[in-house]
Formats: sequence, structure tokens, C-alpha cells
Amino acid sequence: MGTRQYVIRKIVQAVITLVAILVFNFFLFRVWSPGDPVTFLTRGQGAQISLEERAELISEYGLDKPVFGQFVEYMEDTATGKLGASSFYQGEAVTSIFWRFLPPTLLLVGISTAISMVVGIWMGIRSGWRRGSSFDRFSMFFSLILYSMPEFWLGMLLLLLFSTALGWFPVGGRVSTSVSSMGTLEYITDVAEHLFLPVLTLALGYLGEFYLLMRSSLLDVLGEDYITTARAKGLLERNVLNRHAVRNALLPTVTLIALSFGYVIGGAITVEVVFSYQGLGLLTYTAIVSKDYWLLQGLFLFFSVAVIGFNLVSDLVYAYLDPRVREA
Amino acid sequence: MSVLSLRDLRVTYRTSSGDVPAVRGVDLDIPKGQVLGLAGESGCGKSTIAAAILRLLPRRTSVEGQVLLNGEDVLAMPPRKLRAVRWAGASIIFQGAMHALNPVKRVGDQIAEAVETHGLSRDREAHVRAGDLLEEVGLPLRRSNDYPHELSGGQRQRVMIAMALACGPDLVIADEPTTALDVMVQAQVLALLKRLQREFGLAMLFITHDLSVLGEVSDRLAVMYAGKIVEEGPAQSVFLDPQHPYTRALAAAFPAIGDRRFRKHPSGLGGDPPDPQRIPPGCPFHPRCPDAFEACPSTVPWLFEAGADRRAACLLVEGALAEATEGAK
Amino acid sequence: MQTPPLHVGAEPPFGPTLEDEEPSPPPGSPRQITWARRRAAVRRFWVAFRNDNMGVAGLTILVFFICVTIYAVFADKTGLSITEATGPRLTPPSLEYPFGTDDQGRSVLTLTLHGSKISLLVGLSATVITMVIGSAVGLIAGFRGGWLDQLLMRITDWGLVIPWLMLAISLASIFGQSLFMIILVIGLTTWPSTARLVRSQTLSVKERPYVERARALGASNWHLVTRHVLPNVMPVIMANTVLIVAIAILSETALSFLGLGDPLSKSWGSILERASNGGAATQGAWWWLGAPGLCIVLVVLAFTMIGFALDQIINPRLRER
Repeated sequence: MGTRQYVIRKIVQAVITLVAILVFNFFLFRVWSPGDPVTFLTRGQGAQISLEERAELISEYGLDKPVFGQFVEYMEDTATGKLGASSFYQGEAVTSIFWRFLPPTLLLVGISTAISMVVGIWMGIRSGWRRGSSFDRFSMFFSLILYSMPEFWLGMLLLLLFSTALGWFPVGGRVSTSVSSMGTLEYITDVAEHLFLPVLTLALGYLGEFYLLMRSSLLDVLGEDYITTARAKGLLERNVLNRHAVRNALLPTVTLIALSFGYVIGGAITVEVVFSYQGLGLLTYTAIVSKDYWLLQGLFLFFSVAVIGFNLVSDLVYAYLDPRVREA
Repeated sequence: MSVLSLRDLRVTYRTSSGDVPAVRGVDLDIPKGQVLGLAGESGCGKSTIAAAILRLLPRRTSVEGQVLLNGEDVLAMPPRKLRAVRWAGASIIFQGAMHALNPVKRVGDQIAEAVETHGLSRDREAHVRAGDLLEEVGLPLRRSNDYPHELSGGQRQRVMIAMALACGPDLVIADEPTTALDVMVQAQVLALLKRLQREFGLAMLFITHDLSVLGEVSDRLAVMYAGKIVEEGPAQSVFLDPQHPYTRALAAAFPAIGDRRFRKHPSGLGGDPPDPQRIPPGCPFHPRCPDAFEACPSTVPWLFEAGADRRAACLLVEGALAEATEGAK
Repeated sequence: MQTPPLHVGAEPPFGPTLEDEEPSPPPGSPRQITWARRRAAVRRFWVAFRNDNMGVAGLTILVFFICVTIYAVFADKTGLSITEATGPRLTPPSLEYPFGTDDQGRSVLTLTLHGSKISLLVGLSATVITMVIGSAVGLIAGFRGGWLDQLLMRITDWGLVIPWLMLAISLASIFGQSLFMIILVIGLTTWPSTARLVRSQTLSVKERPYVERARALGASNWHLVTRHVLPNVMPVIMANTVLIVAIAILSETALSFLGLGDPLSKSWGSILERASNGGAATQGAWWWLGAPGLCIVLVVLAFTMIGFALDQIINPRLRER
């Protein structure tokens, strides 16, 4: 059946891309990097790894082997989840650091993209459907400005306004310092308070993009003949819109949203820095500043895999939505 | 009473470069069970008429005059009545069914949707009816579950025909239904249309630029040029004995093999149809007309009587010039 | 009886059509005709652009900033150095310091003014790299097809998948920070989307009848590409270029904010980085954040609006009917 072939093909493509990323990652951080891999990966400012620990790491990860040997070891290690040791975090395994910083970022990015997708798509549909109306003009204007703003700048402004000036929200961080003494409800409220501004920032930042994508997809679809057919059949306008126009306009939007996931990550990184929100983004920043390359290598891999995974999922969703791709 | 009656229909598109008068005063009548063929080159306004009848033109388009469907003016109908009339009073078979069908919906579903919208039946019943219609147009029942891209061009057109019949309309507007098809398939689809029209006693407005097709399928023929009708009458007599130079040129461009009249090579017509925003003064056809004379650029002809049950908008018709000059006084 | 018909049909019976608007080209060599046609096309394009409010607004803003940047090139640089800063620290805008001062007492106006040079320089240079690589890859892949197309598309898809900021961070971290590195990094991470766009346009142009005809007449590939394909892909490339500049400027801003910019040059992004580290947000120094940020928004907005206007002109379906 066409669908099975399509799914297999997409999975294979994803795997190939994944392998390519792994290889590139290896070369970037071990081969092309200045100096020898040992020093490069295990130094980092703020590192207080003892000589013994250093030797342990070298043997564990095979850092002193020749290139090919290292590569094999690297692939094995990665497959088993051993992504290296962070120099900033005193030799703690990169994977264990991830587990700590991942949930906050998932929470942040998840909520923000969900909100901006829903609102952006809704606005885009309304705009495209009533093209030229005041809603359309206003939304276009609003979205263009949001699109042109660096998200972190918007974050800083919101921080300044709502936190420093008005005092409604905390100035940064993921939770307050007194978190250990809180009950569950208090804890949730605390997390929410800290999440509010970052989520608002990211949601506004992504909104523009989703809105523009949906609007232009819908405009393209509205020019198609089958929309006229639907109308000619006597359908209510809103059914023409929902059953025919939107259904078809969502297709390219899904693809384009998947493609922009890389930018979503970029936004998350800078916004976490602005709000000192302890997620993977802030972790990345720490890695940059302290030149913790092993951590950086792991983050590079992680984010790339996330995007590959996300693209694969959206490819599959697309196949479900559009019967035409299942054939070819 | 006619099923369809157009009275002085005028359609003007509003674009960023000004107003474009696509239809400039058209009168038509189609009684029950009759097929009226509407011919003309691209851009003469015939497809605009098709869309205007069911008010499918872009919002900012100006549509004036009357479109009487079974006596009621479609242009004056409130939205609810309009939606009821669409498809159930009159339906359209579009050109190029690839684009007129929704690519992500099954064909059976799209036909059933028409049925359900008009409250004729629901769900399973609607799908059963869709299946019946598909068989009526010569497609196997299982095609109901196919998507448009899984069908051939001819099959898709049959689907469109089936869909057009779904709500039992009084009038079917066929807008270039065979133009995008191969010749062999064209013949099949035409035969199908003829059979269905006769079987269901449908009034039909058959729009095309191919005059020879119309000769076969229509009872009456009307020829359009630059937004107006320039000739009309019984199909055979218009086709065999055109009174308007434009009709003559159109007929000559589609020769019939073996017909003595076409022994000399088919003559095309030089030039292009006029830009609707720059229609020539007097008779709009005069710049391209091989028979134009001094009166043509300055006198606007209307449809003069040109024989039994025939009319043509040409000053060369007997008595036309006199009538026109008198009217001008 | 009517008078015998005059053969008005003797001369070329063209009805008055749009072609009559333009003077018929003087009979010249094919090259002259092509160039005359091109000039007419440019004229038509300009008229269309002039009518697009968004495009004109964007162009106006852009021209303003170009003037500002040119002024900045020749303007006095003393206000930039920390040691010579004489102003009071972190003061809101006043007559003497219209944009206020930063935490070292420098005038934010001066900083912002000079920041325009670097931001625009990086943005434009990175765009050049992106467009050259992206267009080349897209054209070759689309035109040649076959295994070359597959290979180039694999690479392009791979480039699209990597989150650009991660790649940029990694490259800048490893290979050092400098203006050149930033430009290179942005260029290398942005070309894939252009390549995809150019490739799909090339594919659609390739199918057009005149290309087929030219090939049938024995035209070489080089001729086909330069004389037929490229001129028809150009409009898309140009619209895309403008939008890429916007993206490049935003990218530079993000990289500078994360501290990966050239430590010596002061782009708007670097000013924001200093502002962030200097606690502008927590201390309420809105002027320090506002001025450079606003400039970024305006410039990016300008390029985006122009890009959208171009897109509307090129892609008729987006136009108002």
C-alpha cells in the first residue's frame, strides 16, 4: 500500500539524516576543532576535574585513539546514551544534566508553541477569509511587527514592564528559592508565575510566523476552483471555509511549521537566557560562556534529533491529511 | 415559462486597473428541456454568465439585470433562498474537473455532500444516492471511494456530471465540459450529456468555444462577442447559414471533414478579441471583420431580425442599416 | 442594398489591446529587443511597486537607515570608548542625551548610531553568501535533475534540519569569534531555504514551452540557463534576497546577544547584550534597550515589507483581484 511505502521511506530518510548529523557532530567537535580532542573537550573554564578523573574520561570515551577508532567508539557511546561529561558541571554525565534541564524547556516550548499555533492559525484563517478587512489589516500590521522583533528583546521589554516596573511577575528563574518548603498547589502557582512572561514572549514571537503562514496558505487555496464548486453546491459560507478551504490550507501550513521548528529552538534559547530560566537554552548559554564543548556537542546532537523527530512526525501527519502523497 | 431567463444581464469586474465590463447586456431564454449552446472565444464573457447565474462571482463584482430561474430573480434572492437554489435549481459542470474537485476528499463524499446540503437524504442514504449517480454516468460503484487524482480526466468529468445531477436541478450549466479532454473521451462525455439531458428533461446551457460541438448537442445556438450576443437562432441553421461575420469565422475555424463548404483550408480569424476595457466604437467586431464598411465603426448594431426565428447583430443583415440609422435619429 | 464592403480587414486587424500602450520596439538586433523588453518590464514593475503601500513604506524606512548609516561612517567615534565616557551612568533620555546613557555613561544615541554600520554590514554580507550558495545549488539541482539533484537536495534537507542557532553557536564557539566568522556562519546556515525555493522555481520554469523550444533548437545548457532559466528565476531570487537580509540581521542580533559576536565591534545586538548583562531590564533602563531594539525592528520590518511587496507583484495569486 502506498502509505506503508511512504512511511518507510520517511523513516529511512530520517535515519540517514540522523547518521549524517552524528558524523558531522563528531567531525565538528573532535576532528576540526582546534587542538586535540582531549584538551578541547575536558578543559572549559571553571573545570575542576582532577587529573585522575580526566584520565578516567579519556579511557572511558577513547579520546586518545586515532580518528577512526574514536569514531567507532563515539557511535557506540552515543547509541548507548553516553554523551560525554560536562566540564562545567564537574564531570557530570551530559545525559544526566539533560534530564534535569529538559522538562522546564519542554514545558516552556510546548505551551508557547501550542498557544501561538492555535491563535496564529485562527487569526490567519480569519484574515485570509476576510482579506482586506480591518481585522486583516490590523493583524497583518501586528504580525509583521512581531515577526521583525528579536524575541529576546521583546522578552526584555516585557520583563522591564511587568516585572521591574509593575512587579506582577518574578524577575527570572524557574522557581523561587524557597521552593522546597512549598505545598503542591503553591509550587504549581510558583512555576506558573515564573513561566508566564517567558511563555508570553515566545508565544508572541512565534505568533507572527504561524499567522503569516496560515494566511497565505488560505489565500492560495481560496483561489482554487473547488472552492467555487463548494459554494455552487449551496454550502453555507462557513462550511465552505471549514470543510474545504481550511482543510486544504492546513497542509502546506503543517509542512512549513515543521520547517520552522529550528527557529522555535533558537527563540527558546535566547528567551531562557533573558529570564534566566533553567532549561536547555540557559544550559546552552552556560556551555558557550564556559567553553564546555562536550556539553555543547551533546546539546547540538539533542536539538538536531529533536528537529528530525519533529519533522518525521509532521511528515506522517501530512500523509494522513493529504491522500495524494501516499501514492507517489 | 422558461426555466432560465436572462434580462439585460450586465457584469462588471472591479479590478485595481479599473472596471472591466465582461457582460454588456445579454438576453437569453431557455425553455424546459431545451439545450442552448453559447459559443465564443475566450474572454467574451460566456463563463462569466455561467458564474453570474448562481451568483458565484467575486464579491466586488457588479451584476445588474435579471436572472430569472423558473420565474424568480436569483439576483434578488436572500442568502438562504440562494443557497437552496444553488445546485437544486441549477447546477454547474465546470471545465477541468481536476481543479473543480476537492483533492483531499473522496469523490463519493463530495457528491453526497451536495445531497446532504439540500436535505434530500443523510449519511448512508446520501452515499447510496451518490453511488447510483456514479453508475448512471457509467462509473463503477467502487469508484465512490476514490480520490480525484486516482481517476482519469474523463472519469473525473463524469463525476462532475453525476454531482451536477445530484439534487435534480431544472437547469444544468455546462461550462466547457469537454474542452480539457482528449477527442475520444470528448465524444463519450458528449454522448453521455445528451442522453442524460433527454432522459431527465433538463434545460441546459452549454458553453464552449467549439462551434462544431454545439452543432451536435444544442437545440438553439447563441454566439457571444465582446460581452454581447451577436447572433442566435436554431442550432443547425445558425451553424450552416451564419448571418454574422463572426459566426461565419468561428464556423470556418472548425471544419467538418467531408463537408463541401470546408474544402478550402480552414481560415482562422486574425487579431485578438478586444480588451473589455477598450472596446472599439460602433460594432465591436469591425476591426477584425472582413466585411466591415463605413457605417460599422460609428453605428452600434443590436440584434436584428435575420430570418425565421433568427437574430444577428450585424449591419449587413437585410434592413438592419436602415433600422439602425432610424434608431439613431 | 448595402454598399460593397470595404476591406477594412486589409491591414493588420489588431483590436486595441494592451500591446499598443508601449511603443513598438525599433527593429534592432535580438539583443536590442530583449533589452528594450527588459527595460519595459522594469518600468512596469516599478509602477506596480509604487502602488503597493507596504513596499513604499518599507523602502522609505530603509532609505532613512541607509542615510543614517552613511552618516555614521563619517561621524565622530569618541562617544564609543568607555574610558572617555563622560556622562552620568544609566540616566533616562534628556536634552543632552536624547537616548539616555548606558551603565558606563556613554550616550546610547552614539552607540546606536554606530551600531547601524555593523548590523547592516553583517546582514548584507551574510545575505550575499546565502544568495550565491543558495541560488547556485537551487539552479543546478533544479536544472540538472537526476542524481545531482538528489544529492544536493539531501544536503539541503540536512542543512534545514539542523537548528541554525545551534550550528551557529557551535561553529562560532569552536572557530573563534570575529566579524568574518559571524558573517560566514550566518551565510552557511541560511542558504538551504533559498536553495529549496530557487530549485522549485527552476523546475517550474524548466517546463515552460520556450525552454523546450530552445532546447529543441539545439541550445546548449549554458545558454538555456543564462538566457532562459535565470532571467525567469531572477524575480523570485530578488524577492527572497530582501527577506533573507531581514533574517540575517535578526540572526546577527541573536548571535551577538549570546556573546558570540565580534567583541570589538558594536552592532545593535552587542548593545543589547551589554544591556542585558548590565541589568537594563531589572533596573528599568528602558532607553538602553529601546533604542537599539527599535532600530532592529524598523530595519527588519523595512526589508520584510519590501520583500512582501515584491512577492505580491511576482506571485499574481496573492494580488487583490
